[in-house]
Amino acid sequence: MPKMNMIQALNSALDIAMEKDPNVVSFGEDAGYFGGVFRVTAGLQEKYGLDRSFDTPINEAAIAAMAIGMAANGLRPVAEVQFSDYIFPAIDQIVNEMTRLRYRSAGQYTQPIVIRSPWGGGIRGGQTHSMSPEAFFTHVPGLRVVIPSNPYDAKGLLLASIENNDPVVFFEPKRMYNGPFDGKPDGALQSWANHPKGEVPEGHYTVPLDTAEVVREGNDVTVIAYGTLVHVALSAAEKSGIDAEVIDLKTLTPYDIGTITASVKKTGRCIVSQEAPRTSGFAAELSAQIQEDCFWSLEAPIGRVTGWDTPYPHAHEWSYFPGQDRFINALKSVMEVA
Amino acid sequence: MATQEPRYRVPVPEFRPGDEPDFSHLSIPAAGEAKRPGVDVDGRDTIDLALGMVRVLDHNHQAVGEWNPEIKPDVLREGLRHMVLTRVYDERMLKLQRQGKMSFYMKSTGEEAVAVAGAMALKDSDMVFPSYRQQGILFARGRDIVDMMCHCISNSRDNLKGRQLPVHYTWAEGNFFSISGNLGTQFPQAVGWAMAARYKGEDQVTASWIGDGTTAEGDFHGALTLASTYRAPVILNVVNNQFAISTHQNMAIGDAPTFAMKGLGYGIASLRVDGNDFLAVYAAMQWAGERARKGHGPTYIEYFSYRADAHSTSDDPSGYRPKTEAKAWPLGDPIERLKNHLIGLGEWDEERHEALEKELNELVVKSYKEAESHGTLHDGPLSPVPSIFEDVFEEPDWRLIRQRQDLGV
Repeated sequence: MPKMNMIQALNSALDIAMEKDPNVVSFGEDAGYFGGVFRVTAGLQEKYGLDRSFDTPINEAAIAAMAIGMAANGLRPVAEVQFSDYIFPAIDQIVNEMTRLRYRSAGQYTQPIVIRSPWGGGIRGGQTHSMSPEAFFTHVPGLRVVIPSNPYDAKGLLLASIENNDPVVFFEPKRMYNGPFDGKPDGALQSWANHPKGEVPEGHYTVPLDTAEVVREGNDVTVIAYGTLVHVALSAAEKSGIDAEVIDLKTLTPYDIGTITASVKKTGRCIVSQEAPRTSGFAAELSAQIQEDCFWSLEAPIGRVTGWDTPYPHAHEWSYFPGQDRFINALKSVMEVA
Repeated sequence: MATQEPRYRVPVPEFRPGDEPDFSHLSIPAAGEAKRPGVDVDGRDTIDLALGMVRVLDHNHQAVGEWNPEIKPDVLREGLRHMVLTRVYDERMLKLQRQGKMSFYMKSTGEEAVAVAGAMALKDSDMVFPSYRQQGILFARGRDIVDMMCHCISNSRDNLKGRQLPVHYTWAEGNFFSISGNLGTQFPQAVGWAMAARYKGEDQVTASWIGDGTTAEGDFHGALTLASTYRAPVILNVVNNQFAISTHQNMAIGDAPTFAMKGLGYGIASLRVDGNDFLAVYAAMQWAGERARKGHGPTYIEYFSYRADAHSTSDDPSGYRPKTEAKAWPLGDPIERLKNHLIGLGEWDEERHEALEKELNELVVKSYKEAESHGTLHDGPLSPVPSIFEDVFEEPDWRLIRQRQDLGV
């Protein structure tokens, strides 16, 4: 099976979707001729033409609005927002329009749209190239939020998102475009070529949007992560000596409550994690739901490993980013409770 | 109380309650003065049109000049009927709101020509992205009045299942997009729709309307940028009715000479039109439609009009402008002007007009009785309660199913 990094896997998904369905169009700032600042849309304009893969003016609200109008008229737009930090100008169009159109029109109009956007920290991106704004979107009824953690899932989830009839915000952990990241910034760069999830079928396949995956089985504690932190959590579990079960959530809304509760009921302990600031983050939602559904199985308070309630700093990135040590401390702490 | 001169200009309306409104200083170009260029005109060559005003009906109610669309009396009578129906419907719905039969209403009094003539000059297959004040489009396109009322009273026959405020119509069958409360969002969406129509090779034109106040929103800029960049077959309409709730249009226009001028900066062909002149609105929209259909790109139009009534049923305009202002408005009333034009042509008379008003009043009263038979907001029946969990996604997920169970339905 071919090896792909996440960029190649996402590119392959777009290529296949555009090949399969002439209604799929791809656009964004620098996403046409140049192929995107991260190369995810490379080659698409050459292959499918100017009117299927094109550049846009620098206006995220207009990009989202254009997608809305196109999707209401039967196309399946895949719009790119260059960094998820810059998705906020589009938030009115996404929250009040895109995600509500099916509802407010009682199904007369639908919005099969994917908004792709590079996401997350760990790249010395500072305040506006590192954000993890998923909780702004998981709070929105009618929106699916998807965050892959590896090339195989990236392709399968993106294809599933494009083929789904609901709007999807698809965040791509840019720290892992070229290789997995275990949370140790001074370690050697890793490559997807040596990772089992770097094996990506060339053809069409999908990864379901409503299913999490247990990526490490364990009996002591459940760790729930998504995106880059999946790999950080896995490394931490290995090093901690604690038999943690690690769940890669993949889809944040609607999240896979079945896989989560089955695991927490087995282990009796749980850590939820996110790169984003702690307060009102998505981990808070997970924590509350797990508390409701698994209360009688819990042997310890649910732990949270998160970014701090600060803007994302540049120089002190590695004091901000929830790395291995923070996971290991949390694992120990949650195991110490009687 | 203000104790000193303001340190920067904060625009205020010319007239406040108690003032005697006087619009004699307004420079209104004479009917027939504007030149009508070919539909392939370069945007930059429309500066005279953006600064002037397309007007067809003169002070004697005669149709004059190059923009006279020369439409048949039957079509004019049809337009008059749609405008009168719009006004009669608005009046009735206001009364019903005052009686507590529905929560909210917004009239379009004085602006009927903008919606009706615009819709009639387009094809019914053309797509419209209106704001909340173009209900005239629905009448011009023949939407069932009972259906409109059922939406406004949110009853069991409301095609939006009680999810939207009154007047936020959606009618996909009539190519009428879903109206949103968020101002201006539809403007760039319309461009996306128009691009998709062109992508699919369809001979469809898309039109969208916003008000003067909404031109201050970022989506105004986004829409004009997209329309210009992608040369979309779209008509972007600004209804300048002088007021955005209590704020005068000068709060949005700044020092620009006209709203129409703003289109020229984007390279879009731009017109300024007498919004109370049915023939001028019709001619401008017909011109813009042909321009779009022939692939010459977008058109941006300002309709100069006046919001003759309150912003909404939640608004009392006597708190911020003179009560006599609408009567003093120099462009008059669109229904009166078309009526007088038809009378001048010998194609209409006062008796027929009275009979039309009576007929439409009866139609609206009868329609409301029928609408009410399907329920009202207060007394029901409404759409089934479980329907609040439908159409969030294509299929409800476990959270929605659980929440529905929590609600016990």
